[in-house]
Amino acid sequence: MNKVMSLAGVVGQLRDGMTIGIGGWGPRRKPMALIREILRSDLKDLTIVAYGGADVGMLCAAGKVKKVVFAFVSLDFIPLEPYFRVARQTGAIETMEVDEGMFLLGLKAAAMRVPFLPTPVGLGTDVLKVNPSIKTIRSPYADGRELVAMPALDLDVALLHVDRADSRGVCQIKGPDLYMDDLFARAADKTFVTCDELVETSAFHSEEEARYVYWERSETTGVVPMAGGAHPTSTATYGFDVKHFGAYAATAKEEGGWQSYVDQYVTPGEDAYLAAVGGLEAVRKLPKPVF
Amino acid sequence: MSTPATEFTLAELMICAAANVWKDDGEVLATGIGVIPRLGASLCMSTVNPDLMMTDSEAYMVSEPVPVGPRGDYQPKFETWMGFSRIFDNVWGGKRHAMIGPTQIDRFGQANISCIGGTYDKPKVQMLGVRGLPGNSISHANSFFVPDHNAKVFVDGECDMVGSIGYNPERLPHGYSLDDIDIRFIITNLCVMDFGGPKHQVRLVSVHPGVTVDEVKANTGFPLHIDGDVPVTAAPTVEQLALIARLDPHNLRAKQLRDNPPGIRK
Repeated sequence: MNKVMSLAGVVGQLRDGMTIGIGGWGPRRKPMALIREILRSDLKDLTIVAYGGADVGMLCAAGKVKKVVFAFVSLDFIPLEPYFRVARQTGAIETMEVDEGMFLLGLKAAAMRVPFLPTPVGLGTDVLKVNPSIKTIRSPYADGRELVAMPALDLDVALLHVDRADSRGVCQIKGPDLYMDDLFARAADKTFVTCDELVETSAFHSEEEARYVYWERSETTGVVPMAGGAHPTSTATYGFDVKHFGAYAATAKEEGGWQSYVDQYVTPGEDAYLAAVGGLEAVRKLPKPVF
Repeated sequence: MSTPATEFTLAELMICAAANVWKDDGEVLATGIGVIPRLGASLCMSTVNPDLMMTDSEAYMVSEPVPVGPRGDYQPKFETWMGFSRIFDNVWGGKRHAMIGPTQIDRFGQANISCIGGTYDKPKVQMLGVRGLPGNSISHANSFFVPDHNAKVFVDGECDMVGSIGYNPERLPHGYSLDDIDIRFIITNLCVMDFGGPKHQVRLVSVHPGVTVDEVKANTGFPLHIDGDVPVTAAPTVEQLALIARLDPHNLRAKQLRDNPPGIRK
C-alpha cells in the first residue's frame, strides 16, 4: 500500500469543525509544514488538541480555532506563546485546560477505546471547576476514593512530524523523545505524518533501527515527504530556530504583524518558505537546544 | 563543608537554601525549574544527597548534575532515558520532589501559573496553562521558589486559577486527608518558609541576612505563623560557593534577581 501524498492532499481530507491532534511538544518536532498548509486553506472552527507551541498560536492567529485542548502553550525559551495569549485575552477561543498527565490519559483512553481513565490528578484544583464536562467517580473498591474520570480525547485526525518514514507508513523518531506521538496516532481515526526523509523499508531492517519505530504502520494513514517540514521547531537532526521564533513573537507586538508574517512565510508556499528561512542546509545546521 | 563565606550574592544564598529542600529525600527525582532551583538541586546532589536523581532538562537522567548554560566540551553523563511519558510514570509513582516558581501562591499552598485577572474565559493575562501542577501536587513532594516576594505573589484569598492542590480542607476530595498533600518549602528573596504552622499554616523558617520579620509580613498577603525568634538563613560556605561556580560556569545566577543584590543586605 502506497501512502505517500502531498500537503494539499492531507488538508483536502480535513473538514470544518474537526478535532485535530498535533504531535510534538512546545517548540519541538511539530508538523509545521502541515500547519502552514492549513493556514493557506479555508478550514475553520477546528478543535485543536496539543502540547502546544507556535502550531496552536498560528492557528489561533489565523482564526482557524474554535477550541483548544491544552495543558500549556509555550515556546519554552519564550515562555508565553504570543498569539495564544491574544486569543485567550480577547476571549476568542473556547478551552479545555487540563494537566499534562491528564492529557496523556485522555489520549490513552481514546487509544484504548474506553470512555475515560481514572486518576487522582486534577482533584482539588480549578481544572475541575473550569471544565464542568470532566466528571469524578468513586473507586468501586474498598478504598472508595474519589477519582477524576479523564474523558477520552478522541481525535478525528492526528498530524505528526517524524524523522524518517517509508511509503507504507512505517515511521521512525530518533530524536531524544517521542513525546506522546504514539498516543496521538492511536487516538485518531486518521493519522498523517510529514517526514524529513522518505526511505526504503529496508532502512528499518535491523534491531537498532526498528527500536525507534513506536507504532504499527496500520496507524499511519498518509505520509508526506517534507525535508525541513518541522521548521521552526526541532527534530533529531536540527534544533529549533531561536531567531525565527523571536521574529515571529515580535510580530505579535506590531500593528498588522500577523499579516506580515503570513505574507512573508505562509502565502508563498513551502519551497519559498525554505528559501526564506535560509534553505534546507541552513535548517539542518541549526544547533540543538541546550538548557 | 563548614567555612562560612563572608561575601556572596543573594542568588547564591537562595541556591544554598534551595539545596536544603532535597537533603533528606534519598533517591528521588529532583526537578528544579529555573536557574536557581536547578542549581539548588545540583548543589544538593553534589554534596549532602548524592542519591538524588536529576535529568539533563531534556530527555535523559544523568549521573551527575549538568552545568547550566552552554556546555563547551562537557558531555552529560546519561544513565537512563527519561522522555516525557516516563516523567509521568515517575510523577505518579511519587518518587519526585519538584521546585517551581509560581506566579501566585495562596495561604493553602495552592499555586497558579495559568492565568490571572479578568474572567477565566477572558483572562487579563494568559500565562502558561496549568502544565503539570495538578499531577505534581497530588502525587509527590513540592517546593516553591519566589524571586520577588510580594503580596501579588502571596495573595490574600485563593489563587485566581488554582492549579495545584494544597492544604485547603474545603477542596479535599473524598477519601483523602491533608496529610496526603506534601508541600515542603518556599524559598524567596526575603526568607525561607514551610507549612509547619498549626493546620499546615505557612510558617516563617528563617529570614535572609538583613531582612526583618516585619518586612516579610508586610509583603505577604496572608498571616504567617511566627514561632518565637526567627533565625537568619545560613550563609553559603566557601566550599558551596566553589561548587556553585563549577555548576554555573557562565554565572547565569547573576542574572536571576534584579540588580543581583548581595546576600547580606546593607
